[in-house]
Amino acid sequence: MAVAGSAAPISLTEEERTSTPWRDAWRLFRRNKAAVVALGVIITIFSLTISAPLLTHLGLLDARAGDAARHVINPANVPQVDVYPDPGTCARDGQDQNPYWCGWLSDEILVDVQNKYCYRPAPEPDRQQWCYLLGGDSSGRDWLTQTVYGGQVSLAVGVLGATMSLIVGLIYGLVAGFYGGRIDNLMMRIIDFMYGVPYLVLVILLQVFFTEISREYRGTDRGGAIGLILELNASMGGLLFLFVALGTLSWIGMARLARGQVLAYREKEFVEAARAVGASDRRIILVHLMPNIIGPLIVAETLAVPGYIFTEAFLSFIGLGVQPGTPSWGAMISEVRNRGGFFSNRFILIVPSVALVLTALSFNFLGDGLRDALDPRLRGT
Amino acid sequence: MSEAVREPHTYAGGASAAYAKDKEVLLEVTDLKKYFPIKSGIVIQREVAAVKAVDGVSFKVYKGETLGLVGESGCGKSTTGRTILQLYRPTAGSVKYAGQEISTLKGEALRRMRREMQMIFQDPYASLNPRMSVGRIVAEPLVVHNIGTKKEREERVAALLEMVGLNPYFVRRYPHEFSGGQRQRIGLARSLALNPSFIVADEPISALDVSIQAQVVNLLQRLQEELGLTYLFIAHDLSMVRHLCNRVAVMYLGKIVEVAESEELYTNPLHPYTQALLSAVPVPDPSVEERRQRIILKGDVPSPINPPKGCNFNTRCPVSVDVCFDTEPELVEVLPGHWVACHRVI
Repeated sequence: MAVAGSAAPISLTEEERTSTPWRDAWRLFRRNKAAVVALGVIITIFSLTISAPLLTHLGLLDARAGDAARHVINPANVPQVDVYPDPGTCARDGQDQNPYWCGWLSDEILVDVQNKYCYRPAPEPDRQQWCYLLGGDSSGRDWLTQTVYGGQVSLAVGVLGATMSLIVGLIYGLVAGFYGGRIDNLMMRIIDFMYGVPYLVLVILLQVFFTEISREYRGTDRGGAIGLILELNASMGGLLFLFVALGTLSWIGMARLARGQVLAYREKEFVEAARAVGASDRRIILVHLMPNIIGPLIVAETLAVPGYIFTEAFLSFIGLGVQPGTPSWGAMISEVRNRGGFFSNRFILIVPSVALVLTALSFNFLGDGLRDALDPRLRGT
Repeated sequence: MSEAVREPHTYAGGASAAYAKDKEVLLEVTDLKKYFPIKSGIVIQREVAAVKAVDGVSFKVYKGETLGLVGESGCGKSTTGRTILQLYRPTAGSVKYAGQEISTLKGEALRRMRREMQMIFQDPYASLNPRMSVGRIVAEPLVVHNIGTKKEREERVAALLEMVGLNPYFVRRYPHEFSGGQRQRIGLARSLALNPSFIVADEPISALDVSIQAQVVNLLQRLQEELGLTYLFIAHDLSMVRHLCNRVAVMYLGKIVEVAESEELYTNPLHPYTQALLSAVPVPDPSVEERRQRIILKGDVPSPINPPKGCNFNTRCPVSVDVCFDTEPELVEVLPGHWVACHRVI
């Protein structure tokens, strides 16, 4: 077709060399090495925590489950430094397992439940063969196992919390920004009001409320919807209520961001072009607005993940997070209070703290990389 | 008509008076108004004023012609085009397309009407969704109106791309890979997808390089000829309008001040505003250019929130008299096919 001054002829072999927005984003993301490493760390932590039950089962994690635990040395071989008449004074919860932990890592006393005495071990290198790699807690549970299982809580709170707040904020912001006028005005005033509520205080109060309810109905066969929810929450180790408490206010920032993005794109000519061909509001929102505004929201949510993880850790630290017995990094850090303080039990603090910081740091770097990758100004560079 | 498109300069003069009479009216706009409210208040918002972007505009577009709509920035040209297409709902007035009133259409009826009238946008960078491939962009009108199977749509998209002078293999590419001129062609292919008969071209070439402008204008002319399109061509480039349009309407502050066939308007501008506007066009002849007298208007365009009483050009008009400050001039046919809204012309 001969057209005066038509586009420069492009050879057909070039047809395969397509660059889609997402492929471009991945190319830009790979350029940020820190973000790639962070993504690797996150994937590793994810797969570790998700496969935690499997690892425990294989005896790789929990020394109690493996053969190593059964090769408990004869207590007679361990030099007895001090014998306590009552195991309760050295361990809160004497179980019929073997709650030994590594003396070379902590100055912890050892407890032998069967023989009902505890002792302070003298240094002995080969003890590593049978003790927990990173020791145990005051209930005699493996610290490493708890750290890995605790990752489940932290990641669930971080990722699900972020996803929830992204979805709610996105829908709220889209509706407010797209319909504008009176609806927008009302919806944004509600958000302004919610910004006036102290976030952490509200979350703590909600958790206190939920804890009270759970305690009140524990054991009573309540039935009905509330009973079902309480049961579900209990089976999730208290995570359900934690999500609710965190989710009440976490979406408002996202809603503001989404609305701003919608306002920026709503008046673009391609939206008007869609309207001119007769596209419905639904189509305009889903096909034209959403793919364009989602980038900055994903970045913001990724950067917000450490915030959710920290809030959960804080709540669990003060005993208002997950239910007691559910491993969580915050709860593990608070274990230092049951174990005689900083100076004798430093490593107790170190393990979950390192896990917490590493995860938070990785999400920050990941968010940074996503910001570069999803920035339309950098496309094609 | 097709002759006129090939050689736009030949139809001026005596024959032109007859030209309008035996043409079928495709679009009739009567006393069209579009006011944008200015609201104030924190929770309960009151309307405190209105921007009178389009304030009583009437004109006809004949089938197969190109009507140019010119005027300076902010005079309401684009708003007029968008209001005609019902992208903005008019505050008052009527828009009749092929005899049917469309300003009151809603829902499905309006959607069906959109197949008849389409729009080409000014900014080729903003008018294509950056997250959609060219194939999806051009096929969107077909998808929205549920026309054809997937395969038929693909074929139609390829044919459309070829029609606007693009390689059909571009379907899988994304807008950012194209130049401004190519993007404008993609936008054009999209607006042609539904086989419309009327197209509002909102400054389709202002954002392009001069060399590309000519290409796109030639393409628009060729398509008009091939597909029998009718254009409302909104522009501020006066020489391009002269080249492309059969008739030209001049807008000032939300109102039409003069309408005439293009040669008539360029050779015999009657309204003082049109005269000032045309005096700004450089002439490619040194001896004429030397004698060209620019009419410099004093002052700025008044705010459309509070336009002056009487003739809205009275604040800047070099020939205004008392009556201009009291009475608003009507658009009157002073010569066959030449309409002017000015007290001093009659």
